[in-house]
This record gives sequence, structure tokens and C-alpha cells, in this order.
Amino acid sequence: MSRKLFALMAAVMLSASSVSFAQTPIKIGLTGTFTGPNASNGIPYREAAEVFPATMGGHPVEWIILDDGGDATSAMKNARRFVDVDKVDAIVGSTSSPTAMTLFDIANNSKTAQLAMSPVAISDEKKPFVFNVPQPVSLMSAAIVDDMKKNGVKTAAFIGYADGWGDLNWNIFKEMAPKAGIEVLAEERYNRTDPSVIAQVLKVIAVDPDAVFIGASTTPAVLPHATLRDQGYEGPIYQTHGTVAQAFLDAGGEAVEGARMPTGPMVAANELPDNNPIKQVSLDFIKKYQAKWGDGPVSPFAGYAWDAMLILDAAAEKALATGAKPGTEAFRVALRNGIQSGEEVVGTNGVYRYTPEDHYGLDERARVMITVEDGKFRLLEE
Amino acid sequence: MNATIAILLIQDGLTNGLLYALIALSILQVFLVTKVLWLPAGELVAFGALTMGVLNTENVPGTVWLLPCIGLAALLSWCWTAWRTQIWHGVGRQFVYAIIYPVLVSAIAWWASTQELSAWVRGVLTLLLVAPMGPLLYTAVFRPILHTSILTKLIVAVALHVVLVGAGLFFFGPEGLRSAPLITGRIDVGFTRLSYQLVVVAVVSMVLMLGLWAYFERTLWGKALRATAMNRLGARLAAVRIETAGLIAFGLAGFIGALAGVLISPITTIYYDSGFLLGLKGFIGVVCAGMVSFPLAVLGALGVGLLDAFASFYASSFRDVIVFAALVPVLMWRSLYVRHEDDES
Repeated sequence: MSRKLFALMAAVMLSASSVSFAQTPIKIGLTGTFTGPNASNGIPYREAAEVFPATMGGHPVEWIILDDGGDATSAMKNARRFVDVDKVDAIVGSTSSPTAMTLFDIANNSKTAQLAMSPVAISDEKKPFVFNVPQPVSLMSAAIVDDMKKNGVKTAAFIGYADGWGDLNWNIFKEMAPKAGIEVLAEERYNRTDPSVIAQVLKVIAVDPDAVFIGASTTPAVLPHATLRDQGYEGPIYQTHGTVAQAFLDAGGEAVEGARMPTGPMVAANELPDNNPIKQVSLDFIKKYQAKWGDGPVSPFAGYAWDAMLILDAAAEKALATGAKPGTEAFRVALRNGIQSGEEVVGTNGVYRYTPEDHYGLDERARVMITVEDGKFRLLEE
Repeated sequence: MNATIAILLIQDGLTNGLLYALIALSILQVFLVTKVLWLPAGELVAFGALTMGVLNTENVPGTVWLLPCIGLAALLSWCWTAWRTQIWHGVGRQFVYAIIYPVLVSAIAWWASTQELSAWVRGVLTLLLVAPMGPLLYTAVFRPILHTSILTKLIVAVALHVVLVGAGLFFFGPEGLRSAPLITGRIDVGFTRLSYQLVVVAVVSMVLMLGLWAYFERTLWGKALRATAMNRLGARLAAVRIETAGLIAFGLAGFIGALAGVLISPITTIYYDSGFLLGLKGFIGVVCAGMVSFPLAVLGALGVGLLDAFASFYASSFRDVIVFAALVPVLMWRSLYVRHEDDES
């Protein structure tokens, strides 16, 4: 359905622009998880894609959007189709780390730039054509450790998922915290669907840490938080950036008031200082998004999709300047070179500056610390 | 570990244990009467809790669409059997039970969900919506295959479980839900403080367990149900209607599941796929009881709850490993020392 829609959009836009009439459009393939259990993370990407502009670098663009349902095999099939049938100039996706990582080889073999929409680890051999758009977990965790240090936290405890996401957060936290002079006293694990975490919480309270870091995401992150407060823990509680969603606030209610977590600056765009270039880009995107999808809060995931579009937009201009024609290998390589030109692109979630060596491209400007206040996410005062 | 922590752990373990015990009871009585391993018991609990959670946010719960769907499936399945046997007796009653009732209740719930409701009314609404799923699923899925072997029924139950988890995702979405407590506040009992919600859970489960036990051990109907389980032909000769017995068993299962869902929804966040682990842990309780004894099943389930709590305290990463590993010695003991009953089917 989406494919049809975008073909239609492209058609309308083609007939509307007299300059670019009869040109081969730039084609971008977007694969994401729009159905299945992880759909709530993926759908904002598709929604953002529907407010994308019709040109890129002044050239008409066609977005081809396919669903992979969170399944690595489907994601690969989609990517193969992008490369073999549609001859796309860049691939955006997928929206979860494991599905994004299965596309690395296809991107590199076909010399098509891939913008991963979920934090991935890029090894040197996969690096040439793979770029990471969202903030790497280490960048976010560093913000938590920094904030703990700033608030005089000397001891901390960890409660996290007994899965990959919990491990990832725990490994980074256990490495960074001692460097900041914070002693990690306890490591407790739980399952996403556990009915109770009282035992883990009691153990954490028994070691009496200055702060607790919960390595979980969205609604399941509420349970340890609420249980800690219920059992009388009064210290600061830190959550991962995976909790920044309306569902977390809905499920948590009063219990999660005062929770601290890092996130991209878009979530608190209104409260950013005016001299921050991200503010303007974020507010502009939020306005366009809300005009189409209503006044609700805008998910940071939608922002990543918008940022991918901005990055490609800037790169397309450079690639077109080389004279290469979209749909050819020369253009795909030129587009990749445009992305890693070392020039800054201001996005909604950070300032991206990719170089041939650095395909992560983000720095401290890509994160802010926020807190929950009166049932809303608010920027923490510096 | 000190006394306070131990008391809190025991309290937590018993709360979860009571929930597992309710599920164990519903699995056990369905098994005794129909020889169906009622694996989807956990799903009904999850549906109950999720319906409660959605009603709490004053939205229309997905159950409103799910129940008529199951009703339609039940009617189609009934008609198929009727067409094959050419016995259409009772088709009117079937229509009322599988179509009119679900649509009516769903319509009421659809209208009421947007109104300001007290937690108790929401609970009753949830019961009305979720409890009929038990008998309707029986008519739709298990009634035509009652005469087959335990293995066939087990495979069908597993398939039904998978379908229901999928339906849960479709109708309720991937996010977890939790509802406001029925009664807030805590009560001081000297050495610790219990929330009223916990007391409600404990009292309701106890009453239900005693009621079930009395029903199966002391009443004629209960004995008829058990007789069906022991010898289908003999029970028929003694004028017990086998299909009605199954309907009653699944009715009880639906009611217990929905009630457990209503009770735990304020205590913990429930997801569309939470039911599986709950059901599995209840099932361990049933296995501990050798699939025959109600009191032993309750004790087994409480034991699982306690083990759960203490395992998460001492080694939270290995909690489920410890709980499921505890099944091994129980099974060994049972298979070595307990007389094996012949598989009757």
C-alpha cells in the first residue's frame, strides 16, 4: 500500500515540477518493522516518511517503503528487492538492531549506502557503506554516568532485563561508572513479563545505593521503578533512553515522577535554548508531523527518519553536483561520499558529521538529560 | 537476608503463588473433566487483565471485537458438527449463546467503556466479557475432538495458545497495561504492612479454591463431572451428559481466568504474551499434584511462587531456570514412586 502511495506521490510531484520533468528520480528504500510486537517502535518511521518532501537536493525523489515485521529474513528480502529490482540509491533501515545488521553485506556488495535506524556496531570491513543514525548506547549511557557524577552519586545499583538490551546497558554501565568514581554495588535482572520484581528490589535496597539505573525499556521499565518507590527507596532513579515514550508515562503514572533519562534533543525541543541549531530543525519537523498526524507527542523514532532524510538530502546535492545519474553505481558511490564529506548536518536528534573514518557521526549535542514532571518529559536544568 | 526481607519475599511469593494456584485449578479441573491440557489458561488471565487495563484508560477494549469473533467461531463449529450428524436440535439456544450474548455484552461494554466507571463495575464488565471465552472456545475447538486421544487434544491446545497470543497482540497491542487498584491503602498487621489489594486477592482466591474443592468433592454435579473424567462410557450410562460436563468445566476455567486477570491487573503490568509464563508456572503446580489432586495443586503452585521470589532474590538472572529445574526432581519422584494410571481415552 505504502509503495503505491509513494509512487503516486512521485507521480504528482513529477508532473508538478517542470524543471525536473522526465528525470530519473532518486530512489530510496526504507525497510522497517511496521507490524508485529515491535511495531510501536517502527510505525513512527513510516509516519515520518509520509511527510517527507518530494525532492532531495532539488531532484525528485521516490521513497519505497516495505515492512519486515521485525524478521531478519524479511528485512534481507526487502533489501535485495531494493537493490536488484528497484535499483535504489540508498537504503534506510531497518528499525531494530538485529534486522539492520543483516543488511550490512547487501549494502556493501551493491555499493549502496545504508543508514541504520537503530544503534548498530559497525566493524571496519562493513564500514564503507554503513552509517549509524541514532545515538549509540554508549553515548546515552555516558550521559547517565555524567549526571550521576554531577549529582554527587558515589554508589549505584543496576536492575535490567535478562536479555540483550539489559546486557548491553549493564556492560557499558559497569565499565563507565568506576571511571567516574561510582561504585556499582549490585546487578539484578528480570524478565519483561515478570509479574513482580520485589525480590530484586529488596536486594538493591539492602545495599543502599545512592542511585539506581534501570536497564529496561518502555512499559516493562515501570515495574522496578514503581516497586523501588513502593518499598521506600528515595534516591534518584535513572532509566535508559528506551523509556522515552508516551506508553511509559501512561503505565507509570505518579510512580515514575522524577525519573531521569537521556534522550535526543527533539523530545525537549521547546525547552532548548534558542541558540541551539537543533531547536529550529526539531520544531520545524514537529510542526509538519503534527499537521499530518495530530497534536500528540512526537516519537524520537520519527525524528531519526527525518534526520536520515536530511542527511541524504545534503548528500544528494553533492552527488548531483558530480554529474552522476541516479540509479547508477557512480551515483550511489557519490551519494555515499556525500554523506561522509565531513560537513555538519543539523538534524532533530543531533548534529551529524560523518567522515570516512567515523560512521557514527554524533557527539554530546545529540543527547540531553530529561526528567518526568507532572506526567510529561521535561528538560533537566543544566 | 533479615526477617523483614524474608517476610516481604514470602508475601510476594504467596501473592504470585495464589495467582499460579488459580491457574493451576483451572488447568486441573479442565483436565480432570475433559482430558484437555488447558494451556491457554494464562491467555485468559492476560485478556482479563488487559481488558481491565484498557477500561481503566476509558478506551474501548479489544475484547469487544474479540468475543464476538470467538462466538462466531463457536457457532460455525457447532453448525459444522450438526450438519455432519444432521442433528440440529438446540440450534436456537446455540445462536443465543454464541452470537446474541457476545454481541450484546460487547455493545454494553463498548458504550460503557467511555463512561466514568468505578473499578468494581469495570471488574464486572471484564468478567462478563472474558469469562464466556472459556465455554465458547470449548464449543469452537474442543467439543468436536473430545473423543480423541490426550495427545491430539494437547496439540490442539498448543495451537489454540499460539492463536490466542496472536489475537492478544492484534487486539490489545504490544504495550503492557496496569489498572488502578480496586481499593487503595494498606493495613498494618503487626510485623508487616499489607495492601488492601493483596488482601482482596488472597480472600477471593481462598474462597474460590474452597468453593471448587467443595463443588468437586461434595456435590452431585461435581461428582458427575469427575465421573466423566474417569470413565466416559460409564458416566453416560449413569445419565451424565458428557458435553454439558465439558461446558461446565470450561465455564469454570473461563470464570477463574477472567477473575484472576481482574485481580492481578492492579498489582502488576500485563502484556499480551504474559499469559504463557503464568500458565506454565500454574502448570508446574498441577504436575506437582500428579494431575489429580486439588489441594496438592494449590500447594504446588504456592511453592512455585515462593521459589520464584527467593530465586529472584538470590540469583535473579537464573530465576526461571531454577523454577523450571525444580520440576525435574518432582517428576522423577512421581514417576518412580507413584502408580501410573492407565491412559484412558
